[in-house]
Amino acid sequence: MSKSPSREWPLWEVFIRSQHGLAHKHVGSLHAPDAEMAVNNARDVYTRRNEGVGIWVVRASDITSSSPGDKAALFEPSSSKVYRHPTFFPMPEEVKNL
Amino acid sequence: MLDDKFDYLLRLGDNALVLSQRLTEWVGKGPALEEDMALANTALDLIGQARLWLGYAGEVEGMGRTEDQLAFLRDAHQFRNLLIVERPNGGYADTLMRQYLFDSWHLLLLEQLTRASDERIAAIAEKAKKEVTYHLRRSADLVVRLGDGNQESHRRMQAALDELWVYTGEMFEVDSVDEILESHGIAGSVSGLRSPWLAQVGRTLAAATLNMPPADAWMQKGGKQGRHGEHLGFLLAEMQFLQRAYPGLQW
Repeated sequence: MSKSPSREWPLWEVFIRSQHGLAHKHVGSLHAPDAEMAVNNARDVYTRRNEGVGIWVVRASDITSSSPGDKAALFEPSSSKVYRHPTFFPMPEEVKNL
Repeated sequence: MLDDKFDYLLRLGDNALVLSQRLTEWVGKGPALEEDMALANTALDLIGQARLWLGYAGEVEGMGRTEDQLAFLRDAHQFRNLLIVERPNGGYADTLMRQYLFDSWHLLLLEQLTRASDERIAAIAEKAKKEVTYHLRRSADLVVRLGDGNQESHRRMQAALDELWVYTGEMFEVDSVDEILESHGIAGSVSGLRSPWLAQVGRTLAAATLNMPPADAWMQKGGKQGRHGEHLGFLLAEMQFLQRAYPGLQW
C-alpha cells in the first residue's frame, strides 16, 4: 500500500491445488489488505465446494505478463515446427501415462 | 433427566440457529464481497450445526418433533440461546466483536463436548469443532486488525466490546440443567471454561490494543432459561414467517 495512496484493497490472484500431486491452478482473483487475509478470503470465496487442498495467493501487481501485441512474434514461429512435438517416436506399449 | 438433556440440546442448537440467522441478515450488504461470503459461510456452518443439535433434541424429547418444527414453531420464550447471539448486528464492528466473543467460547465448549460420554454429542461436537476453529481464526484476526487499525476502527471496536461485555457472563453461568448433565457425565463444566476463556480473550484484546472490561462486572443473564431481550421476537418473526403463514409448507 505504500506505493499507492489508494484506499482500495490490492488485487490478488488465487491459485488452488485441487489434490495432492497436481499443480496449483489459477481460479480467479479477489481483494484483500494483505497476504494473510488474502488466503482467508480465498478459502471463503474459492473453496466452498471442496475444491482444494492448498492455496497460493500472489499480488496481481507482482505478475509480469507478456503483451498481447507481441503475440505474433512470440507464438506464431512455433506453429510451423511440428517436429518439436514428440509424436514421431514409437512409444513402447507398456508406457501408459504419457 | 431427559427433559434436562432436551433443554441442553436446545441451548446448543438455538445458539447456532439464532446467530446464523443474524449473520444471514448481512448477506448482500457486507462491506466487501469477500467479507459478505465469509459471513455467509459461517452462517451456513452454524445452520448445519443447529440442524444436528435440534434433530437430536427432537429424538431425545420423543414427541416426534423434527428439527424444522423445533426451529420454526417455537416462540421466543421457548428458545434457549444465550442473549449475546440475539443482539442486533449493529455496525460491522459490533458483528465482528459479537462473533469473536462467541467463537472463542464456542470452541472451548466444543472441545469439552468432544469428550462427552454421550457419543452422539461427542460426534456432533467433533464435526462442529473443525468449522468453529476457522470461525475463531478469522474473527480473532479481524478483531486484532481493526482494534489495532486506525483511530476510528479502534474506537468502534472498543465501543462494541464495552456494549457486548455484559452478555459474556451468561456463557459460564451454571444452572440446574448444567449441573444434572455434568453429574451424569454427559457434558463438562461450563464454569470451568471461564478462566481459559478470560486468559485467551485477554491476550487477543491486548494484541488488539483494546481495554478488556473487568471480569467481575455485572452481567446480564436469562437467555438459557428462555428470558430474552426484545430483539429475539423480531428475529423469529422474520425467520418463521413462512411456516407460520403457511403451516406445513414444503419446497
